[in-house]
Amino acid sequence: MIRVVLPAHLRTLARVDHEILVDVGGQPTVRAVLDAVEARYPMLGGTIRDHATGARRPFLRFFACEEDLSHDPVDARLPDQVIAGAEPFLVIGAMSGG
Amino acid sequence: MAGVRVLVGTRKGAFVLTADGSRKSWDVSGPHFAGWEVYHLKGSPVDPDRVWASQTSSWFGQVIQRSTDGGRTWEPVGNKFVYDGVPGTHQWYDGTPHPWEFARVWHLEPSLTEADTVFAGVQDAALFRTSDGGQSWHELPGLRGHGSGPRWAPGAGGLCLHTILLDPAHPQRMFIAISAAGAFRTDDGGATWTAINRGLRSEGIPDPDAEVGHCVHRIAMHPSRPNVLFMQKHWDVMRSDDAGDSWHEVSGNLPTDFGFALDVHAHEPETVYVVPIKSDSEHFPPDGKLRVYRSRTGGGEWEALTAGLPQRDCYVNVLRDAMAVDALDPCGVYFGTTGGQVYGSASAGDAWTPIVRDLPAVLSVEVQTLP
Repeated sequence: MIRVVLPAHLRTLARVDHEILVDVGGQPTVRAVLDAVEARYPMLGGTIRDHATGARRPFLRFFACEEDLSHDPVDARLPDQVIAGAEPFLVIGAMSGG
Repeated sequence: MAGVRVLVGTRKGAFVLTADGSRKSWDVSGPHFAGWEVYHLKGSPVDPDRVWASQTSSWFGQVIQRSTDGGRTWEPVGNKFVYDGVPGTHQWYDGTPHPWEFARVWHLEPSLTEADTVFAGVQDAALFRTSDGGQSWHELPGLRGHGSGPRWAPGAGGLCLHTILLDPAHPQRMFIAISAAGAFRTDDGGATWTAINRGLRSEGIPDPDAEVGHCVHRIAMHPSRPNVLFMQKHWDVMRSDDAGDSWHEVSGNLPTDFGFALDVHAHEPETVYVVPIKSDSEHFPPDGKLRVYRSRTGGGEWEALTAGLPQRDCYVNVLRDAMAVDALDPCGVYFGTTGGQVYGSASAGDAWTPIVRDLPAVLSVEVQTLP
């Protein structure tokens, strides 16, 4: 199981309190994790990735193991510690006010 | 006893204000969708407990929420707004081509006859419809297919389709308005569209009376006379007596004819309300005085309504979707400000009272008249 930490607004939208766990079949990648998140929480469709292009929304970042994965290929294998459940995959809203 | 429900969209969430028919004591619920921009909420005329909300964020995109209990509880429904075919380009601010990109839903207009059907006006400008209660949304591509799309350009708020008027007398007819393209009408349920901007003159575009390119801020009608339309343009208050085929100016004695909000009295089709704003570069009331202007003559002659409104040091704005009327007698009129006040009048505008004073900046106000 992959641990996923969502921004507060998306936790509210998905009606979850803390990090979520998703089961990723096959190769554990960013794309597979987000596919699994959207399958389990359909209301999150379009909120992390653009519906039309599938691209990461520009004000969001993906972090794990103190690394920024935002610009890595979405089909690259996730870090072993994330796959093992020792570290979470973080979806982060850009630090901008408003 | 009859009552009213005022649906308020703000920069940081939605609020629902309710009162009985006296409209003296108000219950305030919210914020719903706290922290998100809520561009618009509107209730179904078929089922008043069914309320729709456009919840949006620069971070997280678009969410559509639906309530089946008058706004007490909500559930997210479909939010997939994908343009039909290859979207093409419109003009950017500097006149260069810019690809069509979906940003948000500005306005939700529930069908007059079908509870599961809702129209959505979006940025970049296009019209979408759901006919399954919000689960799926499909573009009505005839509007962008009008042929003038490459000449549409964004206003300061973006290239937004912000007004949708459904004609109760002609089910296949609807009117929409886009900043900055102008007004359009369909007579075949959205398959084909006609630009209805004859008579408009706008500075800031190369040809002041061009077919398209006008920054129309708002149009409104009285349901008993759907051929008569009123328009608040960027500058100029306009009127059409032929369903938009031609327009003439009715700014008359207004202190300034710039503004955003406009609406029509529920029982008097010739009574119209606007909120004059100083100018396109100073988005606040002239002289620091918040004044609603009312015309009882269908435009041309206007009177200032000031009782209960701040008459000094007031520098808020009233945005295009932030005025609405109820159907009680006397007609109630409501508007919200960028300073977070929602004012109501239970006397057709003669006197005003703040229902709430300290909400986030108000983006939209709609009213439901409840049995």
